[in-house]
Amino acid sequence: MDPKFLYQEMILDHNKKPRNFGKLDDATHRAEGLNPLCGDHIWVALKVDAETIGAIAFEGHSCAICKASASMMTAAVKGKPIATAEALVEEFRQMVTVGMHATPSPALARLTAFAGIKDLPSRVKCAVLPWHTLDAALHQTANATTEGDADPAASGRH
Amino acid sequence: MNAPAVGPMTPSASTLDIARIRADFPILSAVTVNGKPLVYLDNGASAQMPRQVIDRLVRYHTHEHANIHRGVHYLSETATNAYETARKTVQRFLNAKEDREIIFTANVTDSINLVAHSYGGAFLSAGDEVVITHLEHHANIVPWQMLRDEKGVKLRVAPINDAGEVILEEYEKLFNARTKFVSITHVSNALGTINPVKAMIDIAHRHGVPIMIDGAQAVQHMTVDVQALECDFYAFTGHKLYGPTGIGVLYGKAALLEKMRPHRGGGDMILSVTFEKTTYNTIPFKFEAGTPQIAQAIQLAAAIDYVNAIGLTSIAQHEQALLSYATERINSLGGVRIYGEAKHKSAVISFYVGDVHPHDVGTLLNGEGVAVRTGHHCAQPVMQRFGIPATARASFAFYNTFEEVDALVTAISKVQKLFD
Ligand SMILES: Cc1ncc(COP(=O)(O)O)c(C=O)c1O
Repeated sequence: MDPKFLYQEMILDHNKKPRNFGKLDDATHRAEGLNPLCGDHIWVALKVDAETIGAIAFEGHSCAICKASASMMTAAVKGKPIATAEALVEEFRQMVTVGMHATPSPALARLTAFAGIKDLPSRVKCAVLPWHTLDAALHQTANATTEGDADPAASGRH
Repeated sequence: MNAPAVGPMTPSASTLDIARIRADFPILSAVTVNGKPLVYLDNGASAQMPRQVIDRLVRYHTHEHANIHRGVHYLSETATNAYETARKTVQRFLNAKEDREIIFTANVTDSINLVAHSYGGAFLSAGDEVVITHLEHHANIVPWQMLRDEKGVKLRVAPINDAGEVILEEYEKLFNARTKFVSITHVSNALGTINPVKAMIDIAHRHGVPIMIDGAQAVQHMTVDVQALECDFYAFTGHKLYGPTGIGVLYGKAALLEKMRPHRGGGDMILSVTFEKTTYNTIPFKFEAGTPQIAQAIQLAAAIDYVNAIGLTSIAQHEQALLSYATERINSLGGVRIYGEAKHKSAVISFYVGDVHPHDVGTLLNGEGVAVRTGHHCAQPVMQRFGIPATARASFAFYNTFEEVDALVTAISKVQKLFD
């Protein structure tokens, strides 16, 4: 695949001006995500109230794909019920590992910009790391990593 | 191919017939990437193989294969002969005194582990110190850390300066009465620094300490003479020398190898076995338990023959010309930081484009057909030294051309524009 299909305006823009980037002082949920192979290292923090993600922020160092994915993810789940966010996590993972569903849910919206990454296997982890980390934060499990057993995408999903 | 060189030195005419050389490497023309010609600049990770070396495998399996050292039949003798001739080829390549000082291993990692285990295991004890440098590949760090955890030896690390050179005075200061072994890289895979190994070997010996050199990034670029260097061990790996994967070499001075215990037991490494007692074979066989990589050792010898036919002097000349041309052109782009500015450098350029993450650079360069390595290059301490998670690294071989440097530079400038 020509990577230029991936590095489009929108992704470059979110990389340059990430949304919801920074700390969240009164967070109720947090998780750290690490991609040991390429060094992407992010933190996702949430403020959950009445089963709804009232606030979300991320910080850290990462490649453009990871940063844009995190930025667009935070924009997509902010203000949404946890159940909706969880469904979106699943749909995003499916899209970048298995492929896009024939009828993607409207919630996926602009995130379909990442669909092409399926053809760049070495970069899938970059796009999916924020979503693993969000998932870990929601479940307050151990931290997310894209290596080994802790990789939710590795457990029979692809 | 691309924009002509602006400003910087004109590429000096090479003494090598690069077009003819490239024709020996089928993969260079067989592969296109994203519809573009392959520009292979990841030779430091693994080099490509010329037809002569590929064909050697076919010839071996068509005419010569059997197990070695154990049959009186024709094929076993043929294979044994080819395998032992390969050992002599390696001996001459390193100018070792005797062929029994050459041990075939799986790769340089295996060679280093052999020494850590067989020498370290026998002669180092708690409190003893092993000296390495800040430039090491993980392959020359982790085996010593394992020994540290197992035996309580200490690891001492010689620091590097901002150019990526080992600070010799600091290196020498590490030596004391407890220093029992030194293991250093000849050439840094992450930065290209060529260490002053002769001086470092002499310092170790002045303190009565044996020293091993990791030559994984050296033997393909320069002539190595282990007798002139006087190093105690020297290791390298086949696949970076235009040979196959699965084969490596450990050179060791006979007197040391003889004192060391074998690291693995099995067939071929024994003289006699009863249930009460086993008598180990002589060197090098003591360290080659089980059926070795016969075909790969023979292919490695073919790769050495190929390199020798071109000549390491001409190779170094061409690669150095590529290095200066690429360095000048990349610097002239502005906004690209090169890591590793040693005075003596092999043809490796580790770089960072603005604040674009190296993985994005690698993916976009690949889109232009340009293969570079991105990441920490299995040398995380080097990255930590410079406060970066990773770099993109272009590493050149003698078959690379000035036009390929141009393609690299054009691809980098496209990245700059995209992330502008
Ligand atoms: C300096 C150095 N040492 C050791 C190694 C490990 O080589 P191998 O994986 O063939 O054992 C490499 C290769 O990446 C290297 O560059």
